[in-house]
Amino acid sequence: MGGIAVVDGTGGGVFAEGVRGLRRSLTLWGLGIAATVMSFLVLGVVVSLPGLGLLVLPAVVGGVRRVANRQRELAGAWSGEPVPVPYTPEPADKGLLARCRWIAQDTQTWRDWLWVTLDPVVGVTLAFLPIGLILSGFWGMGLAFFGAELSAEWDGLWFDFIPVEGPRTAVLAGVLGVLHLPLALWLAPRTVRAHGAWTRSLLAPSEVARMADRIEHLSVTRSDAVDTQMAEIRRIERDLHDGAQARLVAMGMTLDAAEHLLDSNPEAVRSLLIEARKSSSKALEELRDLVRGIHPPVLADRGLADAVRALALVSPLTAEVVVDLPGRPEPPVESAVYFAVSEILANAAKHSGGDRVWVDLRYDRGMLRVGITDDGRGGADIARGTGLRGIERRLATFDGVLAVSSPLNGPTLVTMEIPCVLSSPKTTSC
Amino acid sequence: MRVVLAEDHFLLRDGLVRLLGAFGHDVVAAVDNGPDLLAALTTHRPDVAVVDVRLPPTFADEGLRAALAARSRLPALPVLLLSQYVEPLYARELLADGAGAVGYVLKDRVSNGAEFMTTIRCVADGGTVMDPEVVTKLLSSKDRDQGVGSLTPREREVLAALAEGRSNAGIAEALFITEKAVAKHIGNIFPKLGLHACDSDNRRVLAVLAYLER
Repeated sequence: MGGIAVVDGTGGGVFAEGVRGLRRSLTLWGLGIAATVMSFLVLGVVVSLPGLGLLVLPAVVGGVRRVANRQRELAGAWSGEPVPVPYTPEPADKGLLARCRWIAQDTQTWRDWLWVTLDPVVGVTLAFLPIGLILSGFWGMGLAFFGAELSAEWDGLWFDFIPVEGPRTAVLAGVLGVLHLPLALWLAPRTVRAHGAWTRSLLAPSEVARMADRIEHLSVTRSDAVDTQMAEIRRIERDLHDGAQARLVAMGMTLDAAEHLLDSNPEAVRSLLIEARKSSSKALEELRDLVRGIHPPVLADRGLADAVRALALVSPLTAEVVVDLPGRPEPPVESAVYFAVSEILANAAKHSGGDRVWVDLRYDRGMLRVGITDDGRGGADIARGTGLRGIERRLATFDGVLAVSSPLNGPTLVTMEIPCVLSSPKTTSC
Repeated sequence: MRVVLAEDHFLLRDGLVRLLGAFGHDVVAAVDNGPDLLAALTTHRPDVAVVDVRLPPTFADEGLRAALAARSRLPALPVLLLSQYVEPLYARELLADGAGAVGYVLKDRVSNGAEFMTTIRCVADGGTVMDPEVVTKLLSSKDRDQGVGSLTPREREVLAALAEGRSNAGIAEALFITEKAVAKHIGNIFPKLGLHACDSDNRRVLAVLAYLER
């Protein structure tokens, strides 16, 4: 069979791929038979015994879901794109009725049922095609040796499209049988892919389920976003009230006192005026810090790349920044990412114990990716720190995700991914 | 001195014109946007330009860009940038050409007229002036740094004053110590940071800032 293996340079070659396809077909076929048994159970037990059926329904459905999950796993692993498990979460109430209601209300239950009914035909056929080809190939090869006698015994016999009538046609059948093998090898990976598509069509979340998930996600992130914004506004209001406003009031009083003393004590007026000027620069300082916390000027002026460089410049750690951004993200995304990077850098400086940090910003295929690595002691955990949780929630508003990899003894790597569009870089007048 | 002024807020512009006039300087042009500033700088070639960082039409860092563009045509054209905020990143861009004659200070510094005039004079004479806030930011970020970490509090104060562009006499005056003490502190600071002692004030400032931005 060595002559069949055409190595195409992609590693593994067509032959190996074919063999792998065949192995997978066998697995799928076995599972298909299991699903068939399941379907008889479902039809037999649940449908024929209406009263008793309800009692065993959860157990049967549990079995169906296990088989379906195995198929999802395989289809996901073999196609490289996971098939999400679409079931609604189990109810807290473990009672039989509650469980039956939970099963009946899940739209996926009905699609599972459809799949269990159809898979013995569609899935098993798809899985069996290459196996059947191999078997019939061996049958053809056997015919080359005893086809002539068998034909005489059975009053004629056909192999594919060859009527086997004598030694010559028997050998021809043998040759054709041999040709079955490479055909099966060629077909196997393709039928496995088709089988995956078939599994996906019924077992992946339906459009409705996906919509429900999406709506759930949107309402959660929306309320988070609104809460965060409200908290921000309250913080700003408080800072203004206790900071700049109070200082300006004090300044007014100082100036008023100076006005009264103007004629009687000019020397005291001088020190009062100096005090008033100090108050005014303090008020300005507080306003500056406040604005930085709302929207840093360098971010407004220059965009994310330079703003992150500016963060690196004042980080206590030695920070290296690599940026590959062909344009600017939308301002809200820029702002969220900026504050996230700022917080993660501050965390690294405070807790990691390392002394270097690398920030990597890049954009590809509609995703803004940020990676921040430090050489500290590791052991950071999203679940423990409220800071990381907060960043995660803020990014979720934009469908962004945050992942932390921080083994003990480091290094800690925080990655963020936010889907967004970039505008072309702004051109300035000079 | 002949001064070109760029500031988009009418009140501040007017106040600055009067302040400069009161100290005997001649404001040859007062503009309120980036393109006009670039034109004014190249036609008047003033002794010093006083520029707000944020100007129309973009209301981003228009003033900084115009100043950098003017300096690329007229090397070492003295420019003093004013801003509501100081950004170490912008400071670095201003210092990049190494020609000196630049300043970058907060707008609040204007409220002390005499000190502001000293700053303008220093920039016009080819010096480098950085706002204490830039220095503070860079210093605080270097707290864990071995060099800065080994400085005594007094040496840190001297280093900050150095980076602001003060001469030894100026540092002595600001910290209420003798010039001799200042010289001694500087003699200790430079080796601790692994810097070569330089003779001119301006090169000294650049060395310190370059160190802080590492």
